[in-house]
Amino acid sequence: MNKLLSPAQTEVLFMGNEAIARGALEAGVSVVSGYPGTPSSEVIERLSDVARERKLYVEWSTNEKVALEVAAAASFAGLRSMCVMKQNGVNVASDFLLHLASSGTRGGIVLVECEDPGALSSVNEGESRYFARMLEIPLLEPASLQEAKDLTQWAFELSEKIRNVVILRSVTRMSHASGNVICGKLPEKFRSAEFVSDGSFMDPLKGPVVSTPVVVKHDLQQKKLQIAAELFEKSPFNDYSGPKRPELLIITSSACFLYSKEALEMLGLQKRVGILKLSCTWPLPVKLLKKYLRLTDKIMVVEEVLPFLEENIKVAAMGMLKETGIKTFYGKMDKTLPSVGELNPDIVAAALSKLMKVKRKLLPAGYMREIQKIAPLIPLREQTFCPGCPHRASFWNINTALKLDGRDGIVCGDIGCYAMASLWPAIGFHTVRTLHSMGSGTGLASGFAKLEAFGLDKPVMAVCGDSTFYHAVIPALINAHHNKADMTFIVLDNAGTAMTGFQPHPGIHESAIGEPLPSVEIAAICQAIGAKVAISDPFDLEATSRILTDFMAERGSLKVLIMKQPCALSPEKKGKKQYQMKINEELCLGESCGCNRLCTRIFRCPALNWDRTKKKAAIDEVICAGCGVCYSICPQKAIIRTEADG
Amino acid sequence: MKMLLSNDPTNVIITGVGGQGNVMASRVLAGMLVNAGFIVTIGETFGMSQRGGSVMSHLRVSSTSVLSPQIPQGRADIVIALEPVEALRVLVKYGNPHVAVLTNSRMVYPMGVITGEFNYPTLDEVKTMFEKISAKNWIIDATSVAVDLGNPVLSNIVMIGALASTSLLPIGRRAFEKEITKSIPAGKREINLKAFDAGAKML
Repeated sequence: MNKLLSPAQTEVLFMGNEAIARGALEAGVSVVSGYPGTPSSEVIERLSDVARERKLYVEWSTNEKVALEVAAAASFAGLRSMCVMKQNGVNVASDFLLHLASSGTRGGIVLVECEDPGALSSVNEGESRYFARMLEIPLLEPASLQEAKDLTQWAFELSEKIRNVVILRSVTRMSHASGNVICGKLPEKFRSAEFVSDGSFMDPLKGPVVSTPVVVKHDLQQKKLQIAAELFEKSPFNDYSGPKRPELLIITSSACFLYSKEALEMLGLQKRVGILKLSCTWPLPVKLLKKYLRLTDKIMVVEEVLPFLEENIKVAAMGMLKETGIKTFYGKMDKTLPSVGELNPDIVAAALSKLMKVKRKLLPAGYMREIQKIAPLIPLREQTFCPGCPHRASFWNINTALKLDGRDGIVCGDIGCYAMASLWPAIGFHTVRTLHSMGSGTGLASGFAKLEAFGLDKPVMAVCGDSTFYHAVIPALINAHHNKADMTFIVLDNAGTAMTGFQPHPGIHESAIGEPLPSVEIAAICQAIGAKVAISDPFDLEATSRILTDFMAERGSLKVLIMKQPCALSPEKKGKKQYQMKINEELCLGESCGCNRLCTRIFRCPALNWDRTKKKAAIDEVICAGCGVCYSICPQKAIIRTEADG
Repeated sequence: MKMLLSNDPTNVIITGVGGQGNVMASRVLAGMLVNAGFIVTIGETFGMSQRGGSVMSHLRVSSTSVLSPQIPQGRADIVIALEPVEALRVLVKYGNPHVAVLTNSRMVYPMGVITGEFNYPTLDEVKTMFEKISAKNWIIDATSVAVDLGNPVLSNIVMIGALASTSLLPIGRRAFEKEITKSIPAGKREINLKAFDAGAKML
């Protein structure tokens, strides 16, 4: 049995995202949609696995805005629905979210957004909690694995009670943490969908679902928020633990609650410092806050990333100065805690240790000296493309074409594993020079291509992945063609949303639950836009570089090259070698070749080693993926490939 | 009857290079401990951070409480490494005079070592360093055993087998068998049991 379907009262090891998924099941969710993005993807993946048993409709949508629209339709028809995305996905969905929050909803609808403090798997440290305040939507933040499940379930109740969307915010250390969770009951009845819309404009359950008349609906929306605030005042999810008269009160949410608890334990401060854990963080439960602000004069707010709670608590405290007295606040704004990056127990303990004037127990000095001697001897391990990764070959092709062209062309990057080509030398040369949000590389290239009149006359390229293409590139591409941008647009088509775990996208013939679907061809879209389109296999270095060189020579129009080769980690390729690779040590001339060790310094495949004793290239057979590309780069033809059997 | 931990919580770090099966090893180990009645909290990093980089799972085992998914610095009790310098990388941050370390001897060279920018210590040097900053250490060639069993990625399970033999944690073959019956497809269970047994014999 799938553990997501464990019977009530059983204790299961759930990842945060699994706990969220289970919470949604216990709430009787019917429709789940989203766009993949670390650390959020597992919520939908796990629900796809049980879609049949639980009669769910699960969809990987083209982007987050569409995903939210799909989920909202289900809510309008009286079903419970959930939409899942990573932090910056909320930006994409936000225009619809503004209008959705204004029109109101019917069946419980929860927007789950998983943030990535410290950008462990992102190119931003975006905060989406401010959307809750800005768009006037209730916000919940689970502070333990058990709460990730329980709070998700309650989020649906809340949404249905106030007839509006609710945001549930997680972070990497919650979504990707695992722990014991006690399961609740799965509902036995399933809802059916009905969309009634012929009632009066002001009837929330029978009228048309619209955000007009705006001022009236806005007023109604604020009243809903007021109801949520009142429920938050009594919610068991907000909880104080600590002494009756603490010297310092920590107010915290999410994973930071666990860090704070740990930090108190590390410093032995449990009897001197109290923790008010808030899991209902917008609107703030002001009366509850007043009760605990009275306990002490010193308040420390512990949260990631921006001082959202801190700001809101300070504003609330200003309004009740007479009752609570003047407080001193510590947090991000006074730099007691760092204002960027993720927190952890050590960082919280360091801040507490200063504030409370207690010292953390140190390791013996002799041990620390040994550590200090050893640390510099550990070689750095920088991220790089995997053995057999098509991106390594693709960027090799792009770099070769640009070098041959000789005009120092510009390559605009996008979001995916291929972003590594811009962030650090994952390969031995730099190609990608810009990196922003999904689809932006193409828009930027469209802009760079128009700067010739101002003296910037260089070839312009943009790269994007296949999933990114559908998500946000198409408008930029239409813009480029329509405005006659002289550029080469390259799709690094590795047959799936590879970075986040091979979720299907509109180019794949399969749904989230593995059912056949029609696919939408990238080449056909590009042709319909009016671009000249070519397709190549990036592992075929000669043919691919030739197309790129030709495209750069053809001035004044949009050219599209689709480089097709599945990801080395894709289920169909993983563990299967096309070629057996070997070094002919007689042919390898080592340092005296004159190639500057092209294979190991420039190409940089982790499976292509340098034997320091023999001073020759060497293959690490255990990690070699057998793609065979290195065969094509050795000027001495010392890298031999033979078809692998089976 | 619930088994007891010599330290509560016991802090375990499993480390390696992306693609070595780190996450699976931590899930299997955690599952075994949850089945035995413990409260386990795991902190992991994956996603893009696993592409060729160092990866780490923090496992915190307790009879009583839920803990932070990140282990504080200097507080690891057990370090299990699928790659030798990754063991060192974890030890210099999370080690203390009482820490025990079990590592696979198979090196995966970082890019900077392949290009020649950095040096990679020899296995003897690694062993000497372990002796200076840990209470106990074991170095085993789990990858070769896994390759002989037909797939290098089984080295993670070989390591779990070896861990069971250290008696550092209350886990054994039956607990492993029970866990993989839940979490691994039937066709792959036998080879995983073989890997576990092979690992258990290495110490």
